[in-house]
Amino acid sequence: MIKEKNSMKRFGYQLFFTGPTMITFTIALLIPFAYGFYLTLMKMASPTSPLEFSGIDNYVTAIQDKEFWASMWLTVKYMAGTVLFVNVLGFVLAFLVTSNIRSQNFFRTAYFTPNLIGGLVLGYIWQFVFVQSLPAIGEKWGIDFLRLGWLGDEKLAFWALVIVTIWQSAGYMMIIFIAGLISVPKDIIEASTIDGANGWQRMVKMILPSMVPSFVVTVFLTLKNAFMVYDINFSLTEGGPYGSTTMVSMHVVNKAFLETNYGVGQAEAIVLFIIVASVTGLQVYFSKKMEVEA
Amino acid sequence: MAASRVTSLTLLYFFLVLAFAIFTFPFFLLIVNSFKTNGEILENPFSLPGSVNFIHFGDVIEKMNFLVTFKNTFLITAVSVILILVFSAMTAYYIVRNGTTFNNAFFAVLVASMIIPFQSIMIPLIYIYGAKLHFIDTAPVSLLIVLYIGFGSAFSVFIYHGFIKSIPLELEEAALMDGCNRRQTFFKIVLPMLAPTSMTIAILNVLWIWNDYLLPSLILTEEKNFTMPIKMKVFNGTYMNNWELLVPAILMTVLPILIVYLFGQRFIIKGLMQGAIK
Repeated sequence: MIKEKNSMKRFGYQLFFTGPTMITFTIALLIPFAYGFYLTLMKMASPTSPLEFSGIDNYVTAIQDKEFWASMWLTVKYMAGTVLFVNVLGFVLAFLVTSNIRSQNFFRTAYFTPNLIGGLVLGYIWQFVFVQSLPAIGEKWGIDFLRLGWLGDEKLAFWALVIVTIWQSAGYMMIIFIAGLISVPKDIIEASTIDGANGWQRMVKMILPSMVPSFVVTVFLTLKNAFMVYDINFSLTEGGPYGSTTMVSMHVVNKAFLETNYGVGQAEAIVLFIIVASVTGLQVYFSKKMEVEA
Repeated sequence: MAASRVTSLTLLYFFLVLAFAIFTFPFFLLIVNSFKTNGEILENPFSLPGSVNFIHFGDVIEKMNFLVTFKNTFLITAVSVILILVFSAMTAYYIVRNGTTFNNAFFAVLVASMIIPFQSIMIPLIYIYGAKLHFIDTAPVSLLIVLYIGFGSAFSVFIYHGFIKSIPLELEEAALMDGCNRRQTFFKIVLPMLAPTSMTIAILNVLWIWNDYLLPSLILTEEKNFTMPIKMKVFNGTYMNNWELLVPAILMTVLPILIVYLFGQRFIIKGLMQGAIK
């Protein structure tokens, strides 16, 4: 590439082109991220008092915090449910709306709609569904499991969160899958049809293997979203009933800003970071390997 | 053969319509119940309103301070997204065209940062810019915009980077020959060529910032700065279970973005798909 000969000029351009991103990225991410580790080694007598060195006390407290691990375990269960169903449903939807029918754009548009709305407001919309609408149907038709107040029951409130998440995310993953499906080479599909492969064989032997790159992206996104879920959790169940649906993000937020325990809250946030980084790192590593083999 | 084709088409439409119903019925509920009184809502949330009155909308607009809230959200989203687009495109362009060790390392750091969950920097963020430097009290909106640019840049630079790599050098070289400097070459030649990619990145960033709750709820502490999600949260707390006010309030909150989607849906879906291929 063309290099500026004058090194002063080169430095000027470097600053002009990359400076704004570097500065904002440093302010928003690098400084807080680094400072976060320092914060975990400190304690405060009260929220306004100065920091005092406390060694690894915060980590010890975090590791022994039963509620933290309970919320982590709940998040893992939530992750298992949402990652599986969001990807399966997203793929099925993508498959249905790429079958070359005339109204496919209309359906794509409709299925994507929930993604336009943030988790917080979606939670309020579904509160109306779970509190007011489903019980009304249950009452009318005598369907018992609809008549119950889902959000007041520990098990059902958890499933309500899973259902709303699937409803929200499936359309987004569908878009990624559509992009993958339409780039599957048509000639290999045709060749396999001529060779006598039926629909199921085509799906398993031809389509799914060429969709691995799309799945790498969608599984990564759904994993990360599951670990970070906060808005829906906050607006739909508020962690209730009796704290039974408090996921790990909400636990960390509460620890830091309700109990104003920055040190322990941040230590738990670092544990969360390590778990998220390892899980998503492993996922991308292994699925990239699959991609090469497929 | 023909009969089985008809059956499979019927089956296909059956599933498409079923999914359509599942994905849209909450919106249907919002619309029909926005015109009802509490009594009517309790009686049957699925019925059409007996009479169309807009009385609750007036109430909601006033109680939510809707115009101010809308203006706040719009300003924060617009300024952040425009700056994200310009800064990220500039950075990606310079990194691609000057693959120095420093630039490559910076790019690697940006990409790696995408696995950091917001929750693991949120506490120091609030501590540094709130308790220590007091920006949360003195300049909350500017702080929020700077943070959005910082958080949004990694993903946006990444997407631009992938696209700029595929742009042939000849055009830029010709421009440089003709006496354009680097800056002019970028703004006159490269940036316009990035328009489709910019569209994709803009859509994703608008949806994120417009709807974001956790970060602004920690930074915007004064009511006059509230964005729509924060206001909705406060409204929900004040009018708990008062559905004749809550339902139209929710509808009002989602309406702006639904209207934009209605007009730009083809564009938006296409843009998102292009982003997914990258």
